[in-house]
Amino acid sequence: MTSGLWELVLQGVWVTVQLLFFSALLAIAVSFVVGVGRTHRLWIVRFLAGFYTEVFRGTSALVMIFWVFFVLPPAFGWQLVPMWAGTLALGLTYGAYGSEIVRGALAAVDPAQKEGGIALSFTPWQRMKLILLPQAVPEMIPPFSNLLIELLKGTALVSIMGMGDLAFSGNLVRLALQESAEIYTYILLIYFVIAFLLTRVMRGLEKKLKAGVGKAAPKREAAAPEPAGLGGVR
Amino acid sequence: MKWDWSAVSGFMPHFWDGLLVTLQILVLGSLVSFVLGLAWALLMRVPSRFVTWPVGVVTEFVRNTPLLVQLFFLFYVLPEWGVTASALTTGVLAIGLHYSTYTMQVYRAGIEAVPVGQWEAATALNLPMGRTWTAVILPQAIRRVVPALGNYVISMLKDTPLLMAITVLEMLGEARLFSQQNFQFTEPLTVIGVAFIVISYLASLALRALERRLAH
Repeated sequence: MTSGLWELVLQGVWVTVQLLFFSALLAIAVSFVVGVGRTHRLWIVRFLAGFYTEVFRGTSALVMIFWVFFVLPPAFGWQLVPMWAGTLALGLTYGAYGSEIVRGALAAVDPAQKEGGIALSFTPWQRMKLILLPQAVPEMIPPFSNLLIELLKGTALVSIMGMGDLAFSGNLVRLALQESAEIYTYILLIYFVIAFLLTRVMRGLEKKLKAGVGKAAPKREAAAPEPAGLGGVR
Repeated sequence: MKWDWSAVSGFMPHFWDGLLVTLQILVLGSLVSFVLGLAWALLMRVPSRFVTWPVGVVTEFVRNTPLLVQLFFLFYVLPEWGVTASALTTGVLAIGLHYSTYTMQVYRAGIEAVPVGQWEAATALNLPMGRTWTAVILPQAIRRVVPALGNYVISMLKDTPLLMAITVLEMLGEARLFSQQNFQFTEPLTVIGVAFIVISYLASLALRALERRLAH
């Protein structure tokens, strides 16, 4: 491979990393809003949050990407830059999976903690912010780490829409070289390295957060990650 | 926003064709992933590093890289190696291989959950290794993991549209083709979006029923 082609691949890596970063931010925001919404005391909030989760988890990420690229523009009369369209589709879809993680971790906090907050006459918001979330967030890190890997794999989908990410640059190089095995091996290796680095970072984060609430991070074998489209703990 | 019902009715024949292909991919891909996953899980129990290490590395690699790129790899590289297969076959193999790296973890958990007394009883009865696995361990392990495997079938359903990228005309492929021919994107894409939600919801209901039955 010539250096020009490598440059193409590097640009692809940069687009993938950007897309991963932005869609992860959106997914985290959605996860917390929807996940906390599912524990709300008003039934309508719980219902809407649950409905969101079912709809966005029920459909395929790729179909969602097509929808955002092709249906939203004529429907609402504005067109998103591909980067933001991809971010929106991926963030909303993976946020729905993340909301299940948030809900599960909140439900796993010892009920006595919540009751303690009520006894001290904390407001619901104070309870959430000062008691529940600080204990629940460290528990969320391992499943979020798996979800992040799934999101990384999901970013490859935008290449179908012609966005110049890592997978797309692989296709371009294949066309240039008329040779597939080598370039796709490199592309897969790059994805694997990014995934490995992400896992490391998340493990460090878990350790740090658990130390913050006085728990030791358990020694884990590579836990089975949940796939993107997991029907989930329904 | 304009909604055109005639586009929906025009798309429906293509929709059924696509649905059939999607279900085909799903059934065959699931079978591949169940069989391969079991094979990986059993290989990981071979007491030799020369087996477990390569299997572990390969499956870890496949699990942590995008299915889409794996599809491209198989679709373009297999012919270079002289293996010719239809796009559908390649896609089924790729999706089955990808998900087998998830199902192997499920099987592993299931096998580890079989009480150690069952192993000891098999030893005490002097059962040969093959009989121990087929008659004692696997029947109990697999029964435990059916719900978890079902979850992966549902998530595989949501990955079947990726096969569109290698020219397989499943639901999304049909929708895209129809859209490009008629310049109507809203209706076909919405129809298949709803179809995915409905199918995966029905599948999760069926799975829950199955889970209840297996619990007894």
